[in-house]
Amino acid sequence: MTALLEVSDVHVTFDGFRAINGLSLAINEPELRAVIGPNGAGKTTFMDIVTGKTRPDSGRVIWGERSQSLLAMSESQIARAGIGRKFQKPTVFEEQSVRENLAMALKARRGVFSVLAWRAGPQDAARIAELASEIGLAERLAHRAGDLSHGQKQWLEIGMLLAQDPRLLLVDEPAAGMTPAEREHTTRILKSAARTRAVVVIEHDMEFVRRLDCRVTVLHEGRVLAEGSLDHVTRDARVIDVYLGR
Amino acid sequence: MADTPRRSVLRDHPSVLWFMALLGVFTLAVSILAEGFGLGVISTSLVKVLGMTLCLCLLAVAMDVVWGYCGILSLGHFAFFGLGGYAIGMWLMYARTEILVRESLAAGTIPPTEAEVAEATAAQIFGVVGSSELPAIWSFAHSLPAQLALVVLVPGLLALVFGWLAFRSRVTGVYLSILTQAMTLALALHLFQNDSGLRGNNGLSGLQNIPGALDVPQSVIAMWFFWASALALGLGYLAFAWVVSGKFGSVIRAIRDNEARVRFLGYNVEGYKLFVFTLTAVIAGIAGALYYPQAGIINPAQVAPIASIYLAVWVAIGGRGRLYGAVIGAAVVSLLSSWFTGGGAPNIDLGFYRIVWTDWWQVILGLGFVLVTLFFPRGIGGLFDWLVRKQ
Amino acid sequence: MMPRPIRAACRWAWLLPLWLMLWLMLWAPSLSAQEAPLQQVLQGVQAEVANPSRRTVPAVLSALMDADLEATPAFLRAWSEREVVQRPEDGLFFIARDGEGRAVTLIDIDTGAEVATVTSRDVTQIRPNAGVRSEIAAALVRFELSSPDPARRIAATEAIARSPDPGQIPLLRAAIGEEPDPAIRARKERLLAILTARFGTGPERIAAIEALAGDVGTEARGVLNQILQTRSEHAPALPEGANIARVLTVGVDIDPLRAHARLAADGLVDPRPGRTAIRDALRANVEDGAVGGIPVHQLTTEDARRAAWRALEAEGRVPPLPTEAEMRAAVDAVVFFDRYQEDDPAVTDAARAALDSTRTRVGLFQALNLSLEALSLASIFFLGAIGLAITFGVMRVINMAHGEFIMMGAYTGYVVQTLIPGHTLSLAVALPLAFAVTFAAGVAMERLVIRHLYTRPLETLLATFGISIALQQLAKNIFGPQARPLTAPDWLAGAIRINDIASISTIRVAIFVMAVLFLLLLLYILNRTRLGLEVRAVTQNPGMAASMGINPDRINMLTFGLGSGIAGTAGVAIGLFAQVTSEMGANYIVQSFMTVVVGGVGSVFGTLAGAGLIGFLQKGIEWFNPANTLAAQTWMVLFIILFIQFRPRGIIALKGRAAGD
Repeated sequence: MTALLEVSDVHVTFDGFRAINGLSLAINEPELRAVIGPNGAGKTTFMDIVTGKTRPDSGRVIWGERSQSLLAMSESQIARAGIGRKFQKPTVFEEQSVRENLAMALKARRGVFSVLAWRAGPQDAARIAELASEIGLAERLAHRAGDLSHGQKQWLEIGMLLAQDPRLLLVDEPAAGMTPAEREHTTRILKSAARTRAVVVIEHDMEFVRRLDCRVTVLHEGRVLAEGSLDHVTRDARVIDVYLGR
Repeated sequence: MADTPRRSVLRDHPSVLWFMALLGVFTLAVSILAEGFGLGVISTSLVKVLGMTLCLCLLAVAMDVVWGYCGILSLGHFAFFGLGGYAIGMWLMYARTEILVRESLAAGTIPPTEAEVAEATAAQIFGVVGSSELPAIWSFAHSLPAQLALVVLVPGLLALVFGWLAFRSRVTGVYLSILTQAMTLALALHLFQNDSGLRGNNGLSGLQNIPGALDVPQSVIAMWFFWASALALGLGYLAFAWVVSGKFGSVIRAIRDNEARVRFLGYNVEGYKLFVFTLTAVIAGIAGALYYPQAGIINPAQVAPIASIYLAVWVAIGGRGRLYGAVIGAAVVSLLSSWFTGGGAPNIDLGFYRIVWTDWWQVILGLGFVLVTLFFPRGIGGLFDWLVRKQ
Repeated sequence: MMPRPIRAACRWAWLLPLWLMLWLMLWAPSLSAQEAPLQQVLQGVQAEVANPSRRTVPAVLSALMDADLEATPAFLRAWSEREVVQRPEDGLFFIARDGEGRAVTLIDIDTGAEVATVTSRDVTQIRPNAGVRSEIAAALVRFELSSPDPARRIAATEAIARSPDPGQIPLLRAAIGEEPDPAIRARKERLLAILTARFGTGPERIAAIEALAGDVGTEARGVLNQILQTRSEHAPALPEGANIARVLTVGVDIDPLRAHARLAADGLVDPRPGRTAIRDALRANVEDGAVGGIPVHQLTTEDARRAAWRALEAEGRVPPLPTEAEMRAAVDAVVFFDRYQEDDPAVTDAARAALDSTRTRVGLFQALNLSLEALSLASIFFLGAIGLAITFGVMRVINMAHGEFIMMGAYTGYVVQTLIPGHTLSLAVALPLAFAVTFAAGVAMERLVIRHLYTRPLETLLATFGISIALQQLAKNIFGPQARPLTAPDWLAGAIRINDIASISTIRVAIFVMAVLFLLLLLYILNRTRLGLEVRAVTQNPGMAASMGINPDRINMLTFGLGSGIAGTAGVAIGLFAQVTSEMGANYIVQSFMTVVVGGVGSVFGTLAGAGLIGFLQKGIEWFNPANTLAAQTWMVLFIILFIQFRPRGIIALKGRAAGD
């Protein structure tokens, strides 16, 4: 079985600062993977590279059965290829209703003219309702997204991610600012999503990672420091060094 | 809470219905009161002003879609408007001059050849810039269908090429505005040249005379164009309301608010921007093609960057992000402008100083605009929203 | 005090007579106590002066030459112009000036003072004939060429340069020998060479032409080009011994129809009737609604008209229409060629060689001149844009009213000039005052408007546009629609000339100097002062700067004031060479934006690079199409649009996260 996403020997430099320094990583489908690491380890930059926001100086990023290079694709092409991303800071379209936000994310043709002709059919409406109830926003479909609370925006963004029906979900700190009950819910959603697709979660909160109960990759100084179960990596001397400081 | 299967623009947006009704009533009222066919209460020149205002409203609606909805503060849409005017103006001027030339040559003892007619026509049109040859861009000027096609093609293609270059390199925000302004400036500078083939700063004139209808009195022609303008505004409004109402509208507003995020949803942002930019440019061109036959003259000063900035001012005063706001802004400001600067407003004598409105209107407009931007960022349209919400 | 009269004399040489009068009047009082030397000399040859003839006039002239008096040239000129009269009572000569009616004012020939007013009947006018007058003129030149006053010698030399004629060659040559001043001597020698090249003969002429090689002056090149002038001719065969410039091949160098028309113009062949001629002939032969049997209404194509012509031709009513073959044959029977007006091939060869060798130097100097112009344009762009660059760079605020600050500065200069006499003093007051006025205006604008719009940059653009149109109209209401003059002091009025090709006006040099001063001043403020440090901090990371105790409000206000103040000062400079009108700001605003955007936002050097690029680019494009500045501007704007495609952040882009959106 080949990997769904394969990142090999990627380097990125910002003004002389090596943000990513020989990163190699493979994600399978289906798989749930947690990426942890101290600040500045390159977690978010890794997502930026995969989603096309940042172009690496060198290295390869290969996607899917046909081994496409993601480096040659634009952000929107990558997203259409099946990679969805949730940002660390919730970014929903605040001026628009929850329904509009979800409808925009809904898996459908993205071309200008298809979108012009698109009108919500019964299945679309049903899918939006289903997603809304899953993220607990069923009652607020008609509300402005900007009026939602911070947690609700997080939910909406997760809902938008699911609406895209991607093969790979890149989730940056999904549990930030959530209550324990909400974290529980988030864990459930991510784990169920990971049954059929690849999910990569960046998280600081070790408790949350433990609850995900999955393979963990530790990044440090732009490269993979350790990989394995959470117990395995937390026993690794180098990981302990990095987290506790020498 | 399920969605109804088929959504209708009119049902979801009562303002569209209201607008259509008001436009219909207005058109009917002017038709009844005007000189052309009705009671003669409204003079022909006023009918023309009203018809021109309708064209400006259509232009403002297009501007609102590209700026208010899609977030591209284009300082080039008045240039597209002007290009539409030039395209139709070429036919109007050529065809009419040819008719006049034929008449005068027919008085000779032997009838003219086609070459003689063409030469005399060219000499008549271009004598003013010291040339007697018809430039290549006038190759289709004799043909109404060709020039009508150019009304759409010239602004459309220019917008397409320019937009493709600009959006592709991800120029956004203030930079994009300056870039569009540069485009407008280049176009205006080009048109100002005598060898641009469009009569330099003389522009095209006599456009109010419609070839094939030279015997029809202006009062009737004014009504034709008034109706055509009203129809164009109505159709344009409907079309834009449809465009901005559905998911497409949702996407372009999302692009306005956070274009990077829209990319990560898988939308080709550049394509959407290009579509909106080009579509609105085409509509602007059509509006211009209806405007300038009523104005009677078009010259490069009309295309200058400042005109496009004024357009943005209208839309901002009317209220961005709502189509009727653009219409209100364009109608109110352009009518007030022509009332004040045309000497319509009575001057006020303060004893120690005499307020001459032609001198002070621009000052008031400028300061008023600053106040609107500062205190009513939603413009006049925002006032409506507020009233509606209060009810 | 010598250099000044010389310079003045050069420039105002055409005013020579007046100048001399003035000069005489200034000096007359000191001489009035003396006896009248010129009158004395003239009385010595009284009869010859009163009744001059070609034979007798040399005696008078040599007497005058020997005496070498100041008043002689004025007298000679008056004599030649028939303005000298003799008073019969005492035989004294006077210069006469016509008054009202028959009144004549007599002027003393020595002092230039008015002596008496008489009627024309009381005096005898002296009327030298043409021969005498030409003698006088030559003497006058000779006299002036060897005048003791260098200014007059220069004036005389320049007078010859302006209206050269062959007769001046010996005069000039004689004058060179006795010329003490090396500069004037060089000028005379060069003029002699030019005259010889133009009017001389034989090897002497060729030597003179060869000596002109490499001379980039317009006079020298003018002479060479004149020698190389050709006229178009044709003949059955190339004439023997003619100085042929080139032979024209029909169909390549000359259109066959035009060749035929040239033959027709010389009456060698019948002219081929053109469309108009055919039409007129047909018109003249309309009979019963038909021409040559063809009904008039069918004559709407060229073919039909030609058929009608042939019908008339058959009746012998019009000359036959030449066929293509006939025309071709007629044209082929002769040779068309361009012939030098100068018959001596050695002369034209020498002239061509001289011109060729000059060409490179001319090109170099033209490039130099263009570079100077471009540099000057770039400094204007820089001055206009730098204030904008500061506000745009630090605050990301588009100030559409920036142009109006330039205008405000220029009007400040104008107002100061009306209040303070003396252009130098008023300029010295105006520059800081303009800064103060626009600084205050900028601060006011920032406090009242812009501060409230920092989160909405596009709306700042529109609000400042509102301010811009209000200020424009306000200025028009106050100062009127007409352009107001802002006059530069005299010491800025001239030009620095390198030679006939390359020169630059002093005012442009001053603007360049000012741009450099601004650049240095800004670099000092930004890099060496506390304010600069804070400004840079806010530019690069406003949030971080605020958290480090820098008050961004204050920095923004000062920055905006500084940017506006610089615009105002630049306005004074721009007003010195451009018109001060209420719209002047609008003319600079778009260019200034381009400069900032092309250069790269937030960097003084970026603006400098942008201004340099745009200035040189615009002049470079003008080089290809000198007649059309508008076209150059169009191309420049198009170039900028393309440029931004490839470097959206400008030439000097801030890197890293500071450049983030």
